[in-house]
Amino acid sequence: MKLAIKLAFRNLIGAGLRTWLNVIVLSFSFVIIIAAKGILVGWDRQAKKDMADWEIGGGQYWNMNYDPYDAFSLNEAHSPIPQNFSGEIERGDMVPVLISQGTLYPEGRMQSILIKGIDPNQSLLELPTNKLDTVVGAIPAIIGANMARANRLKTGDYVTMRWRDSNGSFYVTEICITGIFSTNVPTVDIAQVWIPLDSLQSMVLMPGEATIITFRDALSQRPDEKGWKVMTYNSLVAEIDEMIKTKSVGQSIFYIILLILALLAIFDTQVLSIFRRQKEIGTYVALGYTRKEVVVLFTVEGAMHAVLAAVAGAIYGIPFLMWFAKKGISLGLSSSDYGFAIADTMYPVYSGSLIAGTTLVVLLATTIVSYWPSRRIAKMNPTEALRGKLQ
Amino acid sequence: MNDDFIIRTEKLTRRFPMGKGEFTALKGINLTLDVGEFTGLIGPSGSGKTTLLNIIGSLDTPSDGEAIVMGKSIGKLSSRDAARLRKEKLGFIFQSYNLLQVHTVFENVEFPLLLLKYTIGERRRMVLDALEWVGLTDKMKQKPPQLSGGECQRVAIARAMVKKPSLVLADEPTANLDADNSHNILQTMVNLNEDLRTTFLFATHDEKVIGYLRRKVYLKDGLIDRIETV
Repeated sequence: MKLAIKLAFRNLIGAGLRTWLNVIVLSFSFVIIIAAKGILVGWDRQAKKDMADWEIGGGQYWNMNYDPYDAFSLNEAHSPIPQNFSGEIERGDMVPVLISQGTLYPEGRMQSILIKGIDPNQSLLELPTNKLDTVVGAIPAIIGANMARANRLKTGDYVTMRWRDSNGSFYVTEICITGIFSTNVPTVDIAQVWIPLDSLQSMVLMPGEATIITFRDALSQRPDEKGWKVMTYNSLVAEIDEMIKTKSVGQSIFYIILLILALLAIFDTQVLSIFRRQKEIGTYVALGYTRKEVVVLFTVEGAMHAVLAAVAGAIYGIPFLMWFAKKGISLGLSSSDYGFAIADTMYPVYSGSLIAGTTLVVLLATTIVSYWPSRRIAKMNPTEALRGKLQ
Repeated sequence: MNDDFIIRTEKLTRRFPMGKGEFTALKGINLTLDVGEFTGLIGPSGSGKTTLLNIIGSLDTPSDGEAIVMGKSIGKLSSRDAARLRKEKLGFIFQSYNLLQVHTVFENVEFPLLLLKYTIGERRRMVLDALEWVGLTDKMKQKPPQLSGGECQRVAIARAMVKKPSLVLADEPTANLDADNSHNILQTMVNLNEDLRTTFLFATHDEKVIGYLRRKVYLKDGLIDRIETV
């Protein structure tokens, strides 16, 4: 094998332009696949980080009846905050949130919303809840930029809000928009109004109660609490993983097309080689190679395109990928369209497994398309091959 | 005939399928070559000389009869053993040189030594020796397309001789060369035959080659017509 590698390298380098054209095409595949996959990895990381920073922290306790996909469950999804949590809440390592359904009436229109009560002094989440700690002539509220844009609201606006208390009675009051925040996490932005926790608790007649309790530490094993279920960080970000997986499958089609184009060039070269290099094949046999060894030599030669492509790709790809990781890419996607966190600019992340995996896949694919036509050599008659006679 | 033979064929027959029938290229050849001979198979096209050379070179196998080369029956060798025989004991020189076009002269001559797993130092020394025999030391960095026909054939001789094989099989080695180059090449081979006691077997119908042969085996229609010894 060592000899096959040495000879294959000599043959490839000796073939000059033909080799380098194939190598460059294949190296494009390397770099583009790594860059595109890097975006997905970067997206995944950024989405999870943003979700953790803005919404889920290190995990959450959910009220047993809470179902984020069923707004009607909110009437039942509340219970007193367990006493065991009071220490962590005081230290700022836990943030209780009470959620209630409501309706907003901006400029006479009607918008169904979720009213979320949160401690204005919390620092666990990036929500600018300190802007709730103010005195205005109405209930202070903060909303996300998407919510503000959709309802044409701005800081300082007063808007009518309706809600229902635990007895089913409807109430109406005005809220004052004291802050508008910009976030990539749509679940804390779209159709969400954040007000002080104690205000909401008294509005809905649920003093000391919450729907979800977010905790800071993702690593520690959280104890079960009666009436609450522990939602780990991983279970809360599972949707992102699923979405990225779906995107990844779609993107794979693009990779496959790209790779097929590059592999077609290798395959073409291999097929041509078998026909054009018959004399050479015969010569190898005459000099002491078995036909199987010639098959190995030609396969290694084809596969070595991938090795050279990896080297060539590294030469221009590493600076490009580093620049790309720093600069990022703006795809013009909106998190409101996707329903989960997407940054305006996505920064690719290249892991060792991504680079090694891509290299392995390209190497394997190249080896297969190199071996396929090379098998023909095993059936060749060496005496005919020596004369360069087509077989 | 004595026991110091390097090649012996007995009733060697080779048939090739042709259309619905068969064509018999060799019709029971009996021939013995001793070590150190400088012999030629002579005959017109289709007489069977290249077929006989291919079988002796273990590139082909007999249909009937036997070809024993250096004690090994060619028809009974596995492809691996046949490859080993070619690699270790045989040297080939072809009409159209069959050099590896993308390799340099040095690399072409080095190739058989790579197969035999010589060390880099041994390879370098042996290649330089071989290039010196054929007078191409100054061309070792060039590639075959940069050489003349005579130079290419000298590279082929160096490649065949570099591992000092017991037997060199040369198929029409001068067919593509002019008279001067042919004589130079043939004189080189005579010298190597005398110096290294390497056995040479030619397939040729070139009068220039025939003039150098010490034994001439004339073939006609797959049979030995006559044998002349100088």
